[in-house]
Amino acid sequence: MSQTHAIDRAFDGIDPKPFIHQSPDGVQSLHLMVDGIRCAGCMRSIEKTLAAYEQLKEGRVNMTSKRMVMRWQDGSFDPSVVMRDIVNKGFDLAPFDPETMSNSDKEEETRLLYAMAVAGFAMANVMMLSFAVWAGAFATMGEGTRGLFHWLSAIVALPTVVYSGRPFFGSAIKALSNKQLNMDVPISLAIVLASGMSLFETIEGGDHVYFDASVSLLFFLLVGRYLDHRARAKARSVGENLVALQAMTADVVMDDGSIEALPIHQVALGTVVRVKKGDKIPVDGVVLAGLSDIDTSMVTGESVPMSAKAGDQLYTGMINLSATLEIKVTAVGDSTLLADIVRMMENAEQARGQFVRLADKIAGWYAPVVHLLGLLTFLGWWLGMGADWQQALLLAIAVLIITCPCALGLAVPVVQVVASGRLMRQGVLLKSGDALEKLKNVNTICFDKTGTLTLGKPALVNRHLLSDDLLSLCAGMAYSSSHPLSRAIVEAFPTAKPLDQVKEISGCGLEWQDGDDHYRLGNRQWLDVPALQQGHEAGPELWFEKNGSVLHCLKFVDQLRPDALETVQWIKEQGYRVVLLSGDHYGSVKAQANALGVDDFWASLKPTEKVAKIDELKEKAKLANGCVLMVGDGLNDAPALAAADVSISPASAADISQTASDIIFQGKSLAVVPEILTVSKKTDRLVKQNFALAFCYNIIAIPMAVAGLATPLVAAIAMSSSSLLVILNSLRLHLAKVKAS
Amino acid sequence: MTALLFLIPAMLILGFIGLMAFFWAAKSGQYDDLDGAANRILYDDEDDAIDTDSEQKND
Repeated sequence: MSQTHAIDRAFDGIDPKPFIHQSPDGVQSLHLMVDGIRCAGCMRSIEKTLAAYEQLKEGRVNMTSKRMVMRWQDGSFDPSVVMRDIVNKGFDLAPFDPETMSNSDKEEETRLLYAMAVAGFAMANVMMLSFAVWAGAFATMGEGTRGLFHWLSAIVALPTVVYSGRPFFGSAIKALSNKQLNMDVPISLAIVLASGMSLFETIEGGDHVYFDASVSLLFFLLVGRYLDHRARAKARSVGENLVALQAMTADVVMDDGSIEALPIHQVALGTVVRVKKGDKIPVDGVVLAGLSDIDTSMVTGESVPMSAKAGDQLYTGMINLSATLEIKVTAVGDSTLLADIVRMMENAEQARGQFVRLADKIAGWYAPVVHLLGLLTFLGWWLGMGADWQQALLLAIAVLIITCPCALGLAVPVVQVVASGRLMRQGVLLKSGDALEKLKNVNTICFDKTGTLTLGKPALVNRHLLSDDLLSLCAGMAYSSSHPLSRAIVEAFPTAKPLDQVKEISGCGLEWQDGDDHYRLGNRQWLDVPALQQGHEAGPELWFEKNGSVLHCLKFVDQLRPDALETVQWIKEQGYRVVLLSGDHYGSVKAQANALGVDDFWASLKPTEKVAKIDELKEKAKLANGCVLMVGDGLNDAPALAAADVSISPASAADISQTASDIIFQGKSLAVVPEILTVSKKTDRLVKQNFALAFCYNIIAIPMAVAGLATPLVAAIAMSSSSLLVILNSLRLHLAKVKAS
Repeated sequence: MTALLFLIPAMLILGFIGLMAFFWAAKSGQYDDLDGAANRILYDDEDDAIDTDSEQKND
């Protein structure tokens, strides 16, 4: 999609009409995704454009979410005028319906934010009171005053625990009802017990209350959880922007011959859809009229465009290259190729198996151990030391409070936040929370070819065999065409002057008459060049003819990404097994595999065969305790992406592949793959260090608590210092040098 | 000690006002576009942007 934009920035975008919202007071609004905002200047340039339209009541860019909104009085304004202006300034636009965006995500984030704010407020106030009590323990504080302070703390802390603790309680209850243990179980238990026991002590007029510990625990954990959630929600919203920028409407030919833009899901079976040149084909159907070249790389992985004439079957996601086509819709909803791919993807995903995160694994044995310790403390003091049962119970609860995994609860999320922040600055979006954790076990990396290792864009390869005069003529002819091969010629010889009155014959090539001379540039069949023998495949090529005699052949090859070779070499040096899985023909796959030094390659794979290959590789990887990473972009890769243990897609990938992937990267460079692998290893190391730090704290704190020395002051100091230590350690990931690229 | 009777409610009320102010700010969309707000101060003049004062809603 991005290629087509690069070729032609004229506004041929999506018709915004279906996305315009009408509010009851007659104000219409339109929400748009904007691609390309990078600085204040970009934002200002867009808002200045908007300000020039007096009909607009509001026009505002949100730089964080890269979205914008326009509002105007009913009927007074046509938004596509403004949209054209903005697109001409170099920004890509896509209208979207704010209702359909992930609202539940946003709500969850707001809930966490409010919970965190309340906990912060409570912590500050309870701490102020606690400091007074701690200070009073050394000096003189009357029983009555202390009791008052305890009561005040209770009044602030208890509602806070009820309000801010909900995210933890909910998740703990869910885990318990599934007969599992996660980190939230001991956390919830500690918070509830600490508050309950403190209330009891307050009523009884006792010495030790732990309100400060329970609210500060809540606050720290909520900070971690909120940051974690926000980092992921941000990655998801950028992902949504990318997908929406690819979304489209279909131009349906109505009975009276007029054209109406409809959202895809409203297009019925049997309707006729018109597809302009350069556009993505929005439906599955057969060609009714027209002759054009079709780029099928997204759907099949083939790098050579195929020609399409009346009666040919086309699928969603292919790109119409050279002429307008009319297509009769033959499949909608469940029967489309896309739906097939989605079904395959779901099957593969189910077979993927559940991944148990490290934190949950640790919680699985940590929680029982802690609870057992509490029980032993109780029994020891009650039966062993002869304390009365209330005293023993208080000590047991103190053990549970002090062992509450505050640092353990922060160990993973804080590192995750730092890691995803670091990756996001390089255009890498972590979609799933456990992606980094899975990546560290990878020992086999599968690449798709077209669009992943290559740019999916041909480049002229036999430039050195062709004279400048010839090239300048060819480039001049090719100037007006949007066929990828034409673009490649212009790119190889950008100084050429465009020629007038070049005729483009779809499915054949270009024709130009200069006085008596007649030039043709086109495919083998059209120029009557004899076909190759069976078994020999021609790559992408064009032939040049002057006055009926064929003179030259221009050869093209799908360009590798600029740093594909380096990246693959680095990956191989690190000891990963590299496999190439492609849907393209054997010849072109072999050529690229050789260029990259990959001996393990498979060509002409169908989507199901890719999944089978991935499963086979997973079996093998498992023998070495590893797992499989798949990097791919096409529609045909989606099931394989879902089948692999973890998957990465470029942002230029098909929507469905982006949905299937754990990680999405933007930009042309493949160097992010090594960077992702490096960060995942560093993340793993830091997480383990954090766990080690948390355990050290426990080794010191638990004996104190069991011995009955854990006063509220000790608990507060020990807990916050261990949490701070874990946070500081995680921040080291920021300092770690980015891999020299 | 009578100071406490005045200071403690003052502490709680001030804290509570701060919390409510935060809720109001979060609800009215003050935190929706942090990057934008940081960059908007670089605008030279107010005329560049469409006046939105009371219409800015939380979407």
